[in-house]
Amino acid sequence: MIARYTYRERIMHWLTALCYTYCLLTGLAFYSPHLFWIAQVLGGGPTSRFWHPISGVAFLIVAIWMHAVWRRDMAMTEVDKRWLNHTKDYAENRDNLVPPSDRFNAGQKLYYWAMYYGALVLLLTGVVMWFPEYIPFSMGWIRPLVILIHVSAALITIGGFIIHIYMSVFLVPGSSAAMMFGDVPTAWARAHHRLWYVRVSKE
Amino acid sequence: MSNGPLQIKAISGHAGTVPGADTSRDYDVCKLIDVTTCIGCKACEVACLEWNGYPFRETVFDNTYQTMPDLAWNYYNLIRFNEHTADDGTFSWLMRKDQCMHCADPGCLRACPADGAIVQYSNGIVDFQQEHCIGCQYCVTGCPFNIPKFNSETKKVHKCTLCSDRVGAGLEPACIKACPTGCLHFGTKDDMKDIAEKRVKQLHEHTSHTKAGVYDPPGVGGTHVIYVLHDINNSEAYGGLPKDPHVPLLVRIWKGPLKWLGNFAIAAGIMGAAAHYIRFGPKKVEEEKPQ
Repeated sequence: MIARYTYRERIMHWLTALCYTYCLLTGLAFYSPHLFWIAQVLGGGPTSRFWHPISGVAFLIVAIWMHAVWRRDMAMTEVDKRWLNHTKDYAENRDNLVPPSDRFNAGQKLYYWAMYYGALVLLLTGVVMWFPEYIPFSMGWIRPLVILIHVSAALITIGGFIIHIYMSVFLVPGSSAAMMFGDVPTAWARAHHRLWYVRVSKE
Repeated sequence: MSNGPLQIKAISGHAGTVPGADTSRDYDVCKLIDVTTCIGCKACEVACLEWNGYPFRETVFDNTYQTMPDLAWNYYNLIRFNEHTADDGTFSWLMRKDQCMHCADPGCLRACPADGAIVQYSNGIVDFQQEHCIGCQYCVTGCPFNIPKFNSETKKVHKCTLCSDRVGAGLEPACIKACPTGCLHFGTKDDMKDIAEKRVKQLHEHTSHTKAGVYDPPGVGGTHVIYVLHDINNSEAYGGLPKDPHVPLLVRIWKGPLKWLGNFAIAAGIMGAAAHYIRFGPKKVEEEKPQ
């Protein structure tokens, strides 16, 4: 077994996961009347409205911490550009045709940046939606505009989130266990993150 | 005028059916405000507070006779005073009773995400149900008239109810009852439009207000509060009464196409992932091949 995620990395991952999931569920409740029952289950509409923005702020705080730790690992490289040309091969499990990747592959990096910038946009628009009473009526057009941006950004993160959950739980066995306990089998590391494996095994 | 319990025609944030949808068993009720006979006495403001059980607030002097600059969560009804100089140099005071317009197509109800927090009765009254309100203030975003007001302590939004509790019992709204000049009328929408048109004709024939007209904006499907204005082309002069109000376009995009697109994308994403799993299965790690 090889250590893949430190204890600190796992804690920060699960903190963002918790905050994001709470915002996702309560946000979906506000988004669609057909999903408003989620707010009822989570303690009622007013409770969900109260905690949704606070959870969003918590998400961003942890995301900034995460950024400090993972920023370098998540930077796009030449290897990633070649990887992206083989996205179809990767999606159809012809992994032998896909260029080897470092600690994170290009797909994981794209997801990271989508969530990072998504969170920034969601927080900036969310602050306006949190205290709309401070916007004068003459600038009222700002309110629906930020809501529209907030919803669009949320939908983009939801798209990434669906793929993230699908891949970690179903498509790539061993990845959820890695995020939970921190270790991966040597063969797993070699198969999915060869450049990282080579680097780590030398050290 | 409504007699007996009010039938519900539309419910905010509601996924199920609505008992009174597409029915019109009731008359459309309507409040007519003839601003040409308003003397700015504010009896309607007092009656509104008394009936709704709110205490008198501190007034805020803003260099006009207006009680305060804007409506408040516990002040549903405000006479707006505006000084106006016409093109020919004549000076006048414009006094307009400002309150919820009870739109036939209410932007507040469209924007509201909370099930049952805003209802529209089949007689046209749009009413907030504070026990279901979650305090998100989307209604403020949806309203083209700047009416709903937020109580930051209770986190609930309030506005004029058109005295739905009185109207349901066959009475007129409290403001109507208090008006000493007959500037306020209440009845069926047809009757009120009729009275309004007659008054406009009178103004055209017997006064210099040749541009007088009835304010019943079609952009929000008509309203259940209508005005007779001295100058129908200059509604903005009456303390910002919008000339052609609509539910904001961005609200309609958000609640319409974006919702359907988003719902479709989320469902397609989940089903796509499932289909992918069935077609390609999990990624296998080959154990042999030593490096």
